[in-house]
Amino acid sequence: MTKLLEWLFGVSLVGAVWALVTFDLLDLSLPQTYREVAWPMPLYLLVSFGCYSLATVGYRVATFNDCDEAAKELQEQIKEAKEDLRKKGLKM
Amino acid sequence: LQEIHVAMASRKTSHQNRVNGDKYSVLLPTYNERENLPLIVWLLVKYFGESGFNYEIIVIDDGSPDGTLDVAEQLQKIYGEDKILLRPRAKKLGLGTAYIHGMKHATGNFIFIMDADLSHHPKFIPEFIEKQKEGDYDLVSGTRYQGNGGVYGWDLRRKLISRGANFLTQVLLRPGASDLTGSFRLYKKKVLESLVEQCVSKGYVFQMEMIVRARQLNYTVGEVPISFVDRVYGESKLGGNEIVSFVKGLLTLFATT
Ligand SMILES: Nc1nc2c(ncn2[C@@H]2O[C@H](COP(=O)(O)OP(=O)(O)OP(=O)(O)O)[C@@H](O)[C@H]2O)c(=O)[nH]1
Ligand SMILES: [Mg+2]
Repeated sequence: MTKLLEWLFGVSLVGAVWALVTFDLLDLSLPQTYREVAWPMPLYLLVSFGCYSLATVGYRVATFNDCDEAAKELQEQIKEAKEDLRKKGLKM
Repeated sequence: LQEIHVAMASRKTSHQNRVNGDKYSVLLPTYNERENLPLIVWLLVKYFGESGFNYEIIVIDDGSPDGTLDVAEQLQKIYGEDKILLRPRAKKLGLGTAYIHGMKHATGNFIFIMDADLSHHPKFIPEFIEKQKEGDYDLVSGTRYQGNGGVYGWDLRRKLISRGANFLTQVLLRPGASDLTGSFRLYKKKVLESLVEQCVSKGYVFQMEMIVRARQLNYTVGEVPISFVDRVYGESKLGGNEIVSFVKGLLTLFATT
């Protein structure tokens, strides 16, 4: 199953459950409060997922390592390498 | 005295590494890397020499107008024809096919793929090899997004795009690896051969497809944190419509894998 199908499957499952509860499709005569809670649920889910995404990406951007040490080490090794290679007879 | 002990111990492990029969072929695709190639080769020789693993370096130059091939020939004279193999092609045919071309000539049972522009530091090679042995992984992928991994020379905008794109990819594809677009990786040769056969995308998306397909085929993936230092010399060949091709590639993989 492709990821696209997995997603479609998941979304329609959630959608079906939501419709069942909100419109009481099976005539289960659920209490009114169930319906009231279920009705705006998709919007809540969407908004909280959006917030989660923003927070996660923001946190990861802020904590993205800057490898200053690695850059410095590389610069020194470049110098060393150039010297050694010149000795070995490399013409750049 | 302790130093002597350490030296002896490391000579012993490096001897063991040489006799255990594994050989690592490093594929270095180059296009206009005249300045970087000698440096990356020097570093590879240094770290392979210290750890004692058996290796070869395969340079796949695509007719670089800056004379990269000439430098490669000089390096071959310095380090020997058994260590540096030249497999040039007449014109620029792209990165994906460069790997395929190089792989055909590889004699190792393991293959390293890395950029020749010094963004990928050979000091991580022993860590890749250790990681691979630790879990007998089919593939070990370098990651900028975990542990001590990171980047150098990136501004906020680039970090944001990188992290955002990575998050989106993780949500949509759940690939089981944290860095999909990085291209510093170690493969079992057989695994790389079967993956290359499966992969259809070109260029940038190729790396992403390789790891997604690896998961699909139930290959095991290990990860090693790496530091990615932006290229010092030369020009980037990608860029421009990188984002557009990334999104296209992501959606293609989303719909087909
Ligand atoms: N043989 C061959 N090598 C290539 C080709 N295009 C790029 N390369 C090499 O592939 C590696 C990665 O290319 P880069 O231009 O560094 O791509 P990048 O890392 O995404 O971009 P920057 O690091 O920002 O420049 C480098 O070693 C290049 O020299 C090609 O068409 N043929
Ligand atoms: Mg690069």
